[in-house]
Amino acid sequence: MDTTELRAGMRSCVPMLIGVIPFGLVAGATPAAEGFGLAAALGMSTIIFAGASQLAVVDVLAGGGSAIVAALAAWTINLRMLLYSASIAPYLSHEPLPRRLGVAYLLVDQNYALSVAHWMQRPARAKAEFAIGGGLFLGVFWVICTAIGAVVGTALPEELPLDFAVPLVFLVLLVPALATRPAIVAAAVGGLAAVVSAELGASHSSIMIGAAAGIVAGVLAEVAVGPPSTTIDPGGQDQAGESR
Amino acid sequence: MSPIWTATLLAGAGTFAMRASFLIAARRMTTVPPWADRVLRQIPPAALAALVVPALVRPEGSFDLYQPRLAAGVLAALVAWKTRNVAATLVIGLAGLMAIEVVV
Repeated sequence: MDTTELRAGMRSCVPMLIGVIPFGLVAGATPAAEGFGLAAALGMSTIIFAGASQLAVVDVLAGGGSAIVAALAAWTINLRMLLYSASIAPYLSHEPLPRRLGVAYLLVDQNYALSVAHWMQRPARAKAEFAIGGGLFLGVFWVICTAIGAVVGTALPEELPLDFAVPLVFLVLLVPALATRPAIVAAAVGGLAAVVSAELGASHSSIMIGAAAGIVAGVLAEVAVGPPSTTIDPGGQDQAGESR
Repeated sequence: MSPIWTATLLAGAGTFAMRASFLIAARRMTTVPPWADRVLRQIPPAALAALVVPALVRPEGSFDLYQPRLAAGVLAALVAWKTRNVAATLVIGLAGLMAIEVVV
């Protein structure tokens, strides 16, 4: 166990708490307000461990939907995890299966984006511990905040727009990912397709539709301009991936 | 079993399966062909933008450019670009949103 990488992963996720804490409180307070209780809230935060999909499950069940419909909504929202899994798998091909499964259980948007950026800088020295450390750190706070939220409510002043911290966190993770022209095309088309499909009523599918459209556009852009030989990101390196 | 626990177990199992999918097969991904690498490289920008952009341009569930969250988001993007600092981006983004909401 590489404790240096474990701790580096934890440290990288410290600023993420500004978004995770209020979201965790909501993930506890919402099921409690619908009468599902503390145990169910904690069950969701430990078994599902993905905020938006937890809220969707509560929403469907509170509206009289069946468990299957609730699970379908959660699966649709979390489809992007397939992409995250594919994206990090090449970096962790040397890691033993238990460690890869540990990463899988703890994989969320924040430690995914931070880990892939970290490993891209040093693909030969990529360690599962970086993602595990970040995921454990966020998971502990996630579960504690879920419990607090379920027992005492969100306990945050209404004027504080802390729900906005969640997209802001994704924004901070997105900006460094825009290091090449194809990446900018992928993000522009991905964002646009997500918005258009949501406007057309795609609801929970819009994230995955946007991501898929962005990936296709980014690939086409790379084919058109050729593979990126240099990146704009000063900290980046050749992304062609020879060293993997 | 009550519906909430059935839904939790189903949602959790499916989500774990998606998270684990390619990580289980990672042994076979030691060398990634260039075309696959090209696809994988697009995932971070495409997926993150699909999460961010709707939150900025349709925060209430319908397309709307004339609301504080887009302006605060653009401000936060500039801070993120200039500083690469998560805490600074979050603080300025949230403070900016509150300031715009007070003024408008």
